[in-house]
Amino acid sequence: MRAGAASQPEGNIAMNTAIMTETHTISDRLSKNVMRNVTERIIEGLLFAAAAVSVLTTVGIVYVLVSESIHFFQNVSIVDFLTDTQWTPLFDDAHFGISVLISGTVVSSAVALAVAIPMGTVIAIYLSEFANGKVRELAKPILEMLGGIPTIVFGYFALLIVTPILQKIFPELPGFSLLSAGLVMGIMIVPYVASLSEDAMRAVPMSLREGAYAMGSTRLYTAIHVVVPAAFSGLAASYILGISRAVGETMILAVAAGMQPNLTWNPMEPAATITSFIVQVALGDLPHGSIGYQTIFAAGLTLLLITLVFNILGQWLRRKYRENY
Amino acid sequence: MQAMDTQQTRALIARGKLKDTLFAALGIICLGIGLLVIFALVADMVIKGSERLNLDFFMNFASRRAAQAGILSAWVGSLLVMLVTAAAAVPLGVAAGLYLEEYARRNLITEIIEINITNLAAVPSIVYGLLALGIFVYTFGFGQSILSAGLTLALLILPIVIVATREAIRAIPAMIREGSMAVGATRWQTCRYHIVPYAMPGILTGVIIGMARAIGETAPIITIGALTFIAFLPPAPLTTMNDGATAGLFDWVMSPFTVMPIQIFNWTSRPDPAFEVNAAAAGFVLMAMVLTMNGVAIWLRYRLRKNIKW
Amino acid sequence: MQKENTPQLKAQAREFNFFYGPVQALKNINMPIYDKKVTALIGPSGCGKSTYLRSFNRMHDLYPGNRYEGEIRFYPDNTNLLSPEVDPIEVRMRVGMVFQKPNPFPKTIYENVAYGLRVRGEKNRRVLDDKVEQALKGAAIWDEVKDRLQDLAPNLSGGQQQRLCIARALATDPELLLFDEPTSALDPIATGAIEELVHELKQRVTILIVTHNMQQAARVSDYTAYMYLGEMIEFGKTDDIFIKPQDKRTEDYITGRMG
Repeated sequence: MRAGAASQPEGNIAMNTAIMTETHTISDRLSKNVMRNVTERIIEGLLFAAAAVSVLTTVGIVYVLVSESIHFFQNVSIVDFLTDTQWTPLFDDAHFGISVLISGTVVSSAVALAVAIPMGTVIAIYLSEFANGKVRELAKPILEMLGGIPTIVFGYFALLIVTPILQKIFPELPGFSLLSAGLVMGIMIVPYVASLSEDAMRAVPMSLREGAYAMGSTRLYTAIHVVVPAAFSGLAASYILGISRAVGETMILAVAAGMQPNLTWNPMEPAATITSFIVQVALGDLPHGSIGYQTIFAAGLTLLLITLVFNILGQWLRRKYRENY
Repeated sequence: MQAMDTQQTRALIARGKLKDTLFAALGIICLGIGLLVIFALVADMVIKGSERLNLDFFMNFASRRAAQAGILSAWVGSLLVMLVTAAAAVPLGVAAGLYLEEYARRNLITEIIEINITNLAAVPSIVYGLLALGIFVYTFGFGQSILSAGLTLALLILPIVIVATREAIRAIPAMIREGSMAVGATRWQTCRYHIVPYAMPGILTGVIIGMARAIGETAPIITIGALTFIAFLPPAPLTTMNDGATAGLFDWVMSPFTVMPIQIFNWTSRPDPAFEVNAAAAGFVLMAMVLTMNGVAIWLRYRLRKNIKW
Repeated sequence: MQKENTPQLKAQAREFNFFYGPVQALKNINMPIYDKKVTALIGPSGCGKSTYLRSFNRMHDLYPGNRYEGEIRFYPDNTNLLSPEVDPIEVRMRVGMVFQKPNPFPKTIYENVAYGLRVRGEKNRRVLDDKVEQALKGAAIWDEVKDRLQDLAPNLSGGQQQRLCIARALATDPELLLFDEPTSALDPIATGAIEELVHELKQRVTILIVTHNMQQAARVSDYTAYMYLGEMIEFGKTDDIFIKPQDKRTEDYITGRMG
């Protein structure tokens, strides 16, 4: 062995060199890998930061609304806020009864949902269970276009087109009304309800429909008695989204429902809603930190809580009636 | 089955089929109402606004006299706000979507982020306006500027961009990822050279839909305090301003502004019916912008569905 | 002698062709279905046996582009089930079907079984109660569910769900009952229960059953048809088909050389 090794020194050297170059390249590559891993880490961190922006947004919303509302409630008692029947925050004799604004929001939303839920559901059932591929291809863009119309344009539509038409039917209807704004809001919400409901119904497996048809059901009977119950949680989720949209809608109401506070349950009257009140105040020039400024945050917090309640309700419904087909 | 029975059955089936037909008619009527609303809106705006729809209308500032009022500051403002919105929402949204699809581990933090994005999509837009008023306008001191408005709308459409990005990424089969990783690419290289390019058309569709939504948003912009009457343009980069100084590259982002929807709101709310004409014309211009963007998005998605065969 | 042994016809396919758009899926099928007997359809995957079965209750009418040619005669009234003048709904009211995967509706057990009766306009509570009980007994599931008729059907086990689907089909007294591989999603014990049930049911109703499983066909059926590439290769008494098939292709399939 020894002799052999000694007799071939060149070979050994060559080998050593080879090993050395190899170790050299390896360590070089390793160092590159370290660099690469560091870059990868940094990039992952940046991407995570981007994803975290959404959480920061929520935190920011809650922080702003709550902190300004705390200032507000230092000046106004919560009991007054909840029970007072007048809303005159900018008057000398200021009253802060949020129920006045809530009544406007509830009435306009109720009118909107009375349009959007039946119409949206009928369209969804029609598209999912009745229409052939061609009709569906045609209807989807119409719905998407309707859903894409800016709400300010819908406001224009409500005030200058729908209200005059309604006044021909109800001559006593004032120029601003919850009815007119609510009806147009309903039309605006139809595409959301229709497309989400349709998605839910299309997700119902064909085997359930075949089972129903095999029993001799007609299309409508199958749709109402089998497909709709099977897609119930999806339908409920679409209605909840519709409610959220109605409660949060601003411009249609600001334009067409009038902005005077009015505790009413009558859709034929003008009234302010939580959202249109915020717009009204923001249009004026309120000094930062004044009670009027804080009022819109208290109103905003109320709005957020209402939408939150509906969101939680929606998620609870979805869990309770999870599709079991 | 007896003869009588058969008769009864047939009558029953006939009744059921009649109900089917009536319901189908109802469905078509409901869709027709939707189409009618779009049609009536566009027709009304075109007819009422036609006398204003000329070049002057686009080149004039707002005015107290309806016939001379134009939308110059409004469309320039909308354009600039959209620029800021896109610059903020696209990188943030794509990065967030990429993180959630390609990097995120299934853990509590990821779940919180996901639930949060779903819930943000249901938050009324005016609440974003309040957030912006408290944070951007006062805390960060951006004031009632194009920057504040652009960032507000960026936050508003972020969920749309994120969801579109995730869907586009999810449609890419795992073999693409595996193929790239198998030749030694890192995760980021895989994303950079494969995932993002392949997902681009889907992402673009989502971005356009988001931008179409943002350009029509009014409430949050009013809340942060956009002006309703403005007779100057933001300073263009490197031009001389009124006070003699040269405008910096980004001075325009801090400028006061107005946007199309606010101009329409302003004209719609005026009691003088002469302004109705302006509102109609401006409404038509806004509708044309939004519908074009939506149309492009729908077309893009349609093309996408046809072209891709993995 | 011969006449006595031959049972009555319930249905008969005559020169029946079926097309999915331009593709011909069934070619010139002629075959009798005998009254109160079990007829099994066997053959390799894609041979058209399910397509054939689903023609008996016009399931193909649900999807556009499908076309029937020829006739399936239904007795005793000698109706052509495939005729465009015959309403598919009327056909489905006479012909029941049980699917490959149990597909109970998202309703209570009771409402699942009462479904077909309600479709037929039955509102009398006592009649409904009575028929639901009869159907559940007929499907050998009454004892298991009689105390929880108001539970949701999808919460039952797979085998129970399938028997519930059989009860659902039985409740309306169909003249012909179609089974489309009813046990392919079930475990061996549940499969055994369904097979036993099929055997009992032929006292009351004519049965046509598609199966993947040749032992199952041999166990439950009186007649067997072997189908291959959309054609009916051989039809005969089950014993004959399995013991001395006439056609080489049938023999290959049965002995496991093919399929």
